[in-house]
Amino acid sequence: MELSTVWFVLIAVLWIGYFCLEGFDFGVGMLLPVLARDDRERRTMINTIGPVWDGNEVWVLTAGGATFAAFPEWYATLFSGFYLPLLLILLALIVRGLAFEYRHQRPAAAWQSRWDLALIVGSVLPAFLWGVAFANIVRGVPIDADKEFTGNLLTLLNPFALLGGVVTLLLFVTHGAMFLALKTDGDLRHRAGRLSVRVGVAAAVAAVAFLVWTQLIAGDAASAVFFIVAALALVGGLVAALRGREGWAFTGTFVTIAVAVAGLFVALFPDVMPSTTSAAFSLTTTNASATDYTLTLMTWVAVILTPIVLLYQGWTYWIFRRRIAVHHIPEEVGAAAS
Amino acid sequence: MDSILDIARWQFGIVTVYHFLFVPLTIGLTALVAAMETVWLRTGRPEWLRLTKFFGKLLLINFAIGVVTGIVQEFQFGMNWSDYSRFVGDVFGAPLAVEALLAFFLESTFLGLWIFGWDRLPRGLHCACMWIVHVGTLASSWFILAANSWMQHPVGYRFNPDTGRAELTDFWAVMTNKVQLVTFPHVVTAAYMTGAAFVLGVSAFLYASRRHEADRDMYRKGIRLGAAVALVAGLGVAVTGDVQGKIMTEVQPMKMAAAEALYDTEESCAPFSIFTVGTPDGTQEKFAITVPCLLSFLATGSFDGRVEGINDLRAQYEQTYGQDPGAEYYSPTGYTPIIPVTYWSFRFMIGFGVLTGIGALLILWLTRKGRSPTSSWFTWMAVGLPVVAVLGSSTGWIFTEMGRQPWVVFGLMTTANGVSPGVGTAEAWISIVALTLLYAVLAVIEIGLIVHYVRKGADPFVEPPSPSLRGSDDDEDRPMAFAY
Repeated sequence: MELSTVWFVLIAVLWIGYFCLEGFDFGVGMLLPVLARDDRERRTMINTIGPVWDGNEVWVLTAGGATFAAFPEWYATLFSGFYLPLLLILLALIVRGLAFEYRHQRPAAAWQSRWDLALIVGSVLPAFLWGVAFANIVRGVPIDADKEFTGNLLTLLNPFALLGGVVTLLLFVTHGAMFLALKTDGDLRHRAGRLSVRVGVAAAVAAVAFLVWTQLIAGDAASAVFFIVAALALVGGLVAALRGREGWAFTGTFVTIAVAVAGLFVALFPDVMPSTTSAAFSLTTTNASATDYTLTLMTWVAVILTPIVLLYQGWTYWIFRRRIAVHHIPEEVGAAAS
Repeated sequence: MDSILDIARWQFGIVTVYHFLFVPLTIGLTALVAAMETVWLRTGRPEWLRLTKFFGKLLLINFAIGVVTGIVQEFQFGMNWSDYSRFVGDVFGAPLAVEALLAFFLESTFLGLWIFGWDRLPRGLHCACMWIVHVGTLASSWFILAANSWMQHPVGYRFNPDTGRAELTDFWAVMTNKVQLVTFPHVVTAAYMTGAAFVLGVSAFLYASRRHEADRDMYRKGIRLGAAVALVAGLGVAVTGDVQGKIMTEVQPMKMAAAEALYDTEESCAPFSIFTVGTPDGTQEKFAITVPCLLSFLATGSFDGRVEGINDLRAQYEQTYGQDPGAEYYSPTGYTPIIPVTYWSFRFMIGFGVLTGIGALLILWLTRKGRSPTSSWFTWMAVGLPVVAVLGSSTGWIFTEMGRQPWVVFGLMTTANGVSPGVGTAEAWISIVALTLLYAVLAVIEIGLIVHYVRKGADPFVEPPSPSLRGSDDDEDRPMAFAY
């Protein structure tokens, strides 16, 4: 296999890691106003992801850095072309990240509800906009001979991309609800479980519509297999949720997101950013990639470091494996209760 | 500011200087908090756990802003500087990707473990988490500085005329770039100095406060620790800065000439001006305090060394770069940075750095052998020290980045050619305004929080749990030791 193909796969893996992990973080954030009935429930929800959200977010930084290194042309065209959506994602991630660390620093209700708003908006925007961005990548955007994006914001807000945004948003809400059902206890756990099924059905409808549309635009036999597996995993997850099998339900949405994103990359290959202006201007794994020297070096780095990262990140989840219920939350914010 | 270039440059300056207000502080503080926790583990003395938790909290407030503003750093290369990204991605992207994979994962994961792990991890392991976070910050510094050093002095690459890109040929050369080998210790010692000055200043404030009189002994320890580390680190900053000056003179002579506003070559014994009244562009000097021969020494290591002036260098650069057939990647109107900026930032960097070192030394001396100074000038000097140290870091970066202009990659690509050609000024304006406003609001919030918690002082001692890694069956119902 060509090195540039290896890196196309690795970058897909990084994005899959990002969406599978931060997907439920976004979901928890978006469900904050829906599921929690009082402040301690809100805090219970936030604390399920408290120790891990930052590690989950690093997946996107690694995906960005790896794209810069392995496909400089892709990085340059994508980031300068999708300028305003990315700016919005940046602003959202800034206020969201700070909400985790700053919300509990003051007891005032006004202070906390402002940070709750930051957490909610900071979760909704990226959950929607990443879907818009990826739908546009797969669909293709106007790119000229100089590899420059020639569209504008409205080019990106086409119906297909907007549907993509709705799909990621609903999938992440479902994924977050599944996660909360798995990680909380008591009343919150049951409400999260029930909600996950209801939102999950809507997510399934939107996702199937989007994946069929994607298949018609850019798919081939391989991507069809991925999309079918993704749909089946989602149905399986919902059935498991209905039966109260929370671990399997969460696994279901996890696999759905992983396989669906993988399918999008399969549909994309060998392009990395197709041009709607002319197929000759499309960015491909070949014409957008770095040199073999850099790719070889980066392959070694990835082969050595990625398993280590997975190991200690997995260990963190094991350390914080306990379910969190309202009574685990100290009454005073940020206080040491021991 | 009507061109995308100006807006993109201002944005880079604003968000980067802002990001780097927090970075040196957190690099230094992770080491100091880890050291405090280690001392507590070794001695079991409660005040060290209280200091660990207190400075740990202040560290987290700063770390959060450092993390979220760091995301902007990675994205804006592609957003505002897409031609730069295309040109250097093969070389510059690699250290960035390694930084994320090696350093960011370590920092974020183990910081999460440290924050929430008080009742989940054995004590030694909990302390190790903060040390690992610190190693993560050092690894992060290493790779991002390697990338920056490559922009100052490109090595280990070749220019491919077919693709018009710089291509990596020797990663080891990039990692052992002589600019990198001196920049890394310079930046890291400056970070230790900044973090230590922060511990010193905050401790001194609480030490002088009547409300916290009962804890004076504890805060005195904070003062001593901060002052000692700041002094040692400050000496490191001076020594590495001195070496760096000589390497800079060798690889970027224009930067040294611009630092001194030296227009005409001095054959020997070039003076260093401490203060000049007159036209700062150097055309006319009205009054100046100078130290004879010092510039020669700073630049070459010898008091009668030859220091080249701006005019000669400009002629040389025109010779070297102006005639190059591959000049599409650089079309500088001149080869000179903005002299008043380089002249003054160079002086402020040195001045603030020296001031921090002297302040630390003075405080160490004033508190020697159990002495407990109480005068308010002592307190104000100590409280001002972290501000001075942070300003030293900022002006240092402003100097080294502005002194490289008009190049973005020295000798290879000018800043003007690195900007995104497809981005409109409207988009760029939205970006810079939104980020600047948000950053301003965040600054107010974060300063408010720091002031709030500093005034409050360290929490009383509470014996933390001493869990084993296996034991979580018996504590199913126990509340979390820490929760958001």
